[in-house]
Amino acid sequence: MITLIDTTLRDGSHALRHSYNIDQVKTIAGGLDSCGVKYIEISHGDGIGGSSFTYGFSKTDVFDLIQAASGVVKTSKLAVLLLPGIGTIEDLKEAKKRGAKAVRVATHVTEADVGAQHIAAAKDLGMFAVGFLMMTHMSPPELVAEEAAKMESYGSDYINLADSAGYLLPEGVTERVKAVKAAVKIPVGFHAHNNLGMAMANSLAAVQAGAEYLDGTLRGLGAGAGNTQLEVLSGVLLRSGYETGTDFYGLMDLARDAVEPIMLRPQTIDNGSLMLGYAGVYSSFLLHVYNAADKYGLEPRDILVELGRRKMVGGQEDMIIDVAYHLKNPAPAEI
Amino acid sequence: MDRVKVGIIGPGNIGSDLMYKVMRSKYLEMGIMAGIVESEGIKRARSMGVPVSTEGVKAVGANKEIRIAFDATSASAHVRFNAPALRSNGIISIDLTPAALGPYCVPSVNLNELTEEQDINMVTCGGQATIPIVYAIKRAAGAAYAEIVACISSKSAGPGTRANMDEFTETTSSAIVKVGGADKGKAIIILNPADPPLMMTNTIMVRVKDSSVGIDKIRESIDDMVTNLREYVPGYRLRVPPIMEGDKVTTIVQVEGQGDFLPKFSGNLDIINSAAVAAAERLAAKMLGVGAN
Repeated sequence: MITLIDTTLRDGSHALRHSYNIDQVKTIAGGLDSCGVKYIEISHGDGIGGSSFTYGFSKTDVFDLIQAASGVVKTSKLAVLLLPGIGTIEDLKEAKKRGAKAVRVATHVTEADVGAQHIAAAKDLGMFAVGFLMMTHMSPPELVAEEAAKMESYGSDYINLADSAGYLLPEGVTERVKAVKAAVKIPVGFHAHNNLGMAMANSLAAVQAGAEYLDGTLRGLGAGAGNTQLEVLSGVLLRSGYETGTDFYGLMDLARDAVEPIMLRPQTIDNGSLMLGYAGVYSSFLLHVYNAADKYGLEPRDILVELGRRKMVGGQEDMIIDVAYHLKNPAPAEI
Repeated sequence: MDRVKVGIIGPGNIGSDLMYKVMRSKYLEMGIMAGIVESEGIKRARSMGVPVSTEGVKAVGANKEIRIAFDATSASAHVRFNAPALRSNGIISIDLTPAALGPYCVPSVNLNELTEEQDINMVTCGGQATIPIVYAIKRAAGAAYAEIVACISSKSAGPGTRANMDEFTETTSSAIVKVGGADKGKAIIILNPADPPLMMTNTIMVRVKDSSVGIDKIRESIDDMVTNLREYVPGYRLRVPPIMEGDKVTTIVQVEGQGDFLPKFSGNLDIINSAAVAAAERLAAKMLGVGAN
């Protein structure tokens, strides 16, 4: 049995520039619930507490969105994303009060220990807690496994590995999932981005390597070139003989009727997205890079390559302006 | 000239770096380095001729010459042991933990108001690096909302910071309002593991109340503040000068440490320590009856 986690209402929030409203959330969450999706992640793209100048302000308060979703789901559990350093335990308590039952605590792949406090708090609150390692392409499998083992020791219910830059190829996913499975007793999950067109192949590789949880979004709606397309994943897993307990036709119809009409741009691999994957840059930087390129009269690709060279991690959207400024005004030294 | 004797509680990285800064000061002198075990930090202090003790705050309180003590331990140790013991011995606490028993101090903004306090809290490293800029923008154009992003190298984030990220964000947000003067504050912290380590960078974004003031006036106010800050943090500089879009002002600063005990990329630790020493020097100058530095 493979558990599908839908993150249309969280990663998809990036693609909608954090503009979800109550009605859209009710329709999507209600539809996912009817289709048997076990967990529905709903948050600002950068997690609860993410509404800001840096990541974009939420048009509707995220806690109001959670509450609206909570009013329509019957069997699905609502999950939130929390990035320590951005969101806090106070935010988590509020999310729980509004109906969240699970939290995914996301840290950069080398920094699991900053999430110990939040995972412990989630367990104290009686929530399902997931240790979520971002940008796993930046560490070799054995180091990913070490950090996953830390996440397990803090009380995680499963470990989710994210290819946040959409950089990995299937072998890289297989190695990482296998290394983590060998290091922990809890299940492993995988979160893909489609920047190199690998989201589906990577998700399948993850399952074949033993992953039991997979993330996806309707129509692939998400940061960069988007995520694994959930309705397609549902079909692919059926064809491959994996049970997911989801309604394949229902997900297709929901994607067509509820998500496609609200998309701001087609979820294709445009040149910026391709460069995210190629240069290993955090996917949610994309739209901010387009804004900065526009403002400074630069080619988005050049900004992305420089961000990759500087090894920027998730959450460093503020450095896009820094890079753009310095590309435009090259300084003699010490950048 | 006479110097005021100070104690340092907690001979870890922060405490050791503080010691070097104190030893350079013309107003301060190391009276004692106190820890609870015979650690590397204790050995280092002893080898430099500084009196040491493994009796912690007790040894500091018992030393009648000590007038000011830096607490570089933890918030809980400050609240439970160190603050009460120092207070009962008439020693002023300069608190580098997030305990925040006493008022927040950002020297370039509010030190003058705090010279009568018994316990001064140094906010956070990110707060020391960004609140002066928030205040500089606010005094020029008002601040309805201020947001900061502090990026520090993973290597300079110690176990205390890592175990309590919320303390950083919550304390910094609160000081953005209380000291920076913004109506609302938000703080974000990011650890970046790149190797070689990145310098501490901080982005400050403020929604101003009166954008008609114009960017030149705001820039002038920020430049004055940077000049002021560089007196105690020589490695502080604007990476990206202020940019104005509508009512939003954005600027990015970089803090290079002085490399006293900690590496230069640990600008985050350098700035909070330099701020703490600047605060102690001001208090010491007052005790010595000389003009403030």
